[in-house]
Amino acid sequence: MSYSVTAPSSRTKLFSGLVVSLYALITLAPLLWIIATGFKSGQDSIHYPPKVLFEPTLEGYVNLFTTRTRIPSDQVAKEPASMSWYEEIVNKKGEMIAGPSKYGERFLNSTVIGFGSTALCMLLGTMAAYAFSRFKVPLKDDLLFFILSTRMMPPIAVAIPIFLMFKNLGLNDTYLGMIMLYTAVNLSLSVWLLKGFMDEIPVEYEEAALIDGYTRFEAFLKVVLPQAITGIASTAIFCLIFAWNEYAFAVLLTSGDAQTAPPFIPTIIGVSGKDWPAVAAGATLFLVPVMVFTVLLRKHLLRGITFGAVRK
Amino acid sequence: MAEIEIKNLRKEFGEFVAVEDSTFKVEDGEFFMLLGPSGCGKTTTLRMMAGLELPTSGQILIDGEDVSFKRARDRDIAFVFQMYALYPHLNVRQNLEYPLRSQRASSSLIREKVAEVAAILKIEQLLDSPVGRLSGGDRQRVALGRAIVRDPAAFFMDEPLGALDAEFREEMAEELRALHDRMRATTIYVTHDQLEAMQMGDKIVVMNHGIIEQFGVPQDIYDWPATKFVADFIGSPAMNFLEIGHQELGIGENTVMFKEYPIQVPASVQDFDGSIDIGVRPEHISFSREVDGISAVVVASEYLGTTQIVSVQVEQTILKARVPSGEEYAIGSTTNLHFDPRNISLFDHHSGRALLSEGNQEVLING
Ligand SMILES: Nc1ncnc2c1ncn2[C@@H]1O[C@H](COP(=O)(O)OP(=O)(O)O)[C@@H](O)[C@H]1O
Ligand SMILES: [Mg+2]
Repeated sequence: MSYSVTAPSSRTKLFSGLVVSLYALITLAPLLWIIATGFKSGQDSIHYPPKVLFEPTLEGYVNLFTTRTRIPSDQVAKEPASMSWYEEIVNKKGEMIAGPSKYGERFLNSTVIGFGSTALCMLLGTMAAYAFSRFKVPLKDDLLFFILSTRMMPPIAVAIPIFLMFKNLGLNDTYLGMIMLYTAVNLSLSVWLLKGFMDEIPVEYEEAALIDGYTRFEAFLKVVLPQAITGIASTAIFCLIFAWNEYAFAVLLTSGDAQTAPPFIPTIIGVSGKDWPAVAAGATLFLVPVMVFTVLLRKHLLRGITFGAVRK
Repeated sequence: MAEIEIKNLRKEFGEFVAVEDSTFKVEDGEFFMLLGPSGCGKTTTLRMMAGLELPTSGQILIDGEDVSFKRARDRDIAFVFQMYALYPHLNVRQNLEYPLRSQRASSSLIREKVAEVAAILKIEQLLDSPVGRLSGGDRQRVALGRAIVRDPAAFFMDEPLGALDAEFREEMAEELRALHDRMRATTIYVTHDQLEAMQMGDKIVVMNHGIIEQFGVPQDIYDWPATKFVADFIGSPAMNFLEIGHQELGIGENTVMFKEYPIQVPASVQDFDGSIDIGVRPEHISFSREVDGISAVVVASEYLGTTQIVSVQVEQTILKARVPSGEEYAIGSTTNLHFDPRNISLFDHHSGRALLSEGNQEVLING
């Protein structure tokens, strides 16, 4: 790699700063709007002209996690003193809490399926990539192309066969089925990305370990993996983002026990009129795990995105 | 400590033969040089000996035991890579500890050994630094340390000084040789630098295109090269060659003819009928003003302190002579050549092999 040695002029810097800020504004504005809407009351959320300043309330979040009914006129409201803060919020609107909503469960499902498939994908992906990178695999190029070709059509094109297959195997609406599916879809990407990273690691390190008395597998674990951590982290983020956001398969293959959050969030709208704050609250919470995961791995991600180009 | 023997070792990569049936023996405690130009198969040979590559055929014996197909970790050897191959995610101390950890050594033993090795290599103050920050020389020391720490039976080094600056290379070469003299562990050292090989090696194998050209002590190889390739590759400036054309040579004959001039050579011990090239080292050419020998024109001279290299032209051939720098030779002047008759090699012009004479037969028949 060669780099230009002239420092950017201050005008170039100013210009690129502006471009980056503008881009950030465009991408962040909808996000900020959603986060804000989650803290608005029902009226504020559909107020025209839109309110930028408003009185924050947790109404949306309470609605997200509960199902409610109108307080029947013959039933007396509870003593205000014995009400918890969320009951109070609901009460003010003349409603009472009937029970918890399904959001918590769906969120948990998303977490298990998203992280589970990512972990499985990394486990299989690193080993496959290592083998492709280091060993004489018969028909290596053909196999690699085949793996890549599984990505060539949109995954949803195989939705019907997969639906029927899952139905016969009893995998519909199960964790196992969804984890396997997302792993299968992501594996091609992760094998290819990880193979690139592994190719960058000089084989001498493993050979040194082999001579130093380690087995091939120990050398892989202790010498190759620590050096591939950058690649593994960035690949894991790609895999997680796909599995986390996936909608089409989730709609088709899950409905109850294993339903993930993406197909569930839109259903919140219908429960009691257009409850935008609850939808926004659901979307906001949904963003958190991927953001946390990305922030945790960002150190590796930044280096990983350059795909090993800066390696000395 | 180990004695290593290679028997008919061969390596093919598909159609390409990287190493042709090679045979040589490394005695216990020897500093053994594998010398040859780039791409001649030195690394491949060493990697087969280390167990990083499997031979196509042939045998590798360490202390009499056939290890040809044993895994690297079962051969009890250490390897020093040209690019050091220090584990980049570990610091110096952890790098040194690594080979001991694989043997499940106790932590007190590990601490003791690491301290000992660090003291030998004078890298105590570096133990806690990450390897990324070390200079080339220090990296090489750590790589050596990682090899030493396990007390292996033999050390294999693949151009260990190749990545260092020239001035530093000499210093490290001395350090390495001193270290070897102290530890006396069998060492096989790969290099393409003939000077390095001559200076450091107890014994040298010269390879070319996967073929072993010669095997012996540096002095013998320098004095009595087995082939024109070796004669040309070793020594700086290289050996001079003078084509003298077709000759018939009988046993005991000690004169060859260049045109009408007789040249004294060591007595032949074989019959030969064919084209011959004379090989003579620069220090074995002298000049005289008497008009009785081969005449040559001085074309250049290069001052080297106590000696100078004078280039002369004989017919179409340029010869280089190493003579005392006190003598003066004007460019364009004519002079007469004299070759030291005890130190001349004759080569078969076509095969490049040296013809056996009373001078070289001892060296070449054993080698
Ligand atoms: N894994 C390999 N596959 C194919 N050819 C190889 C391989 N390793 C080395 N070679 C070839 O074998 C020859 C000898 O290589 P090498 O032993 O590295 O030479 P040296 O160390 O003397 O420079 C070279 O021509 C090289 O291209
Ligand atoms: Mg080499």
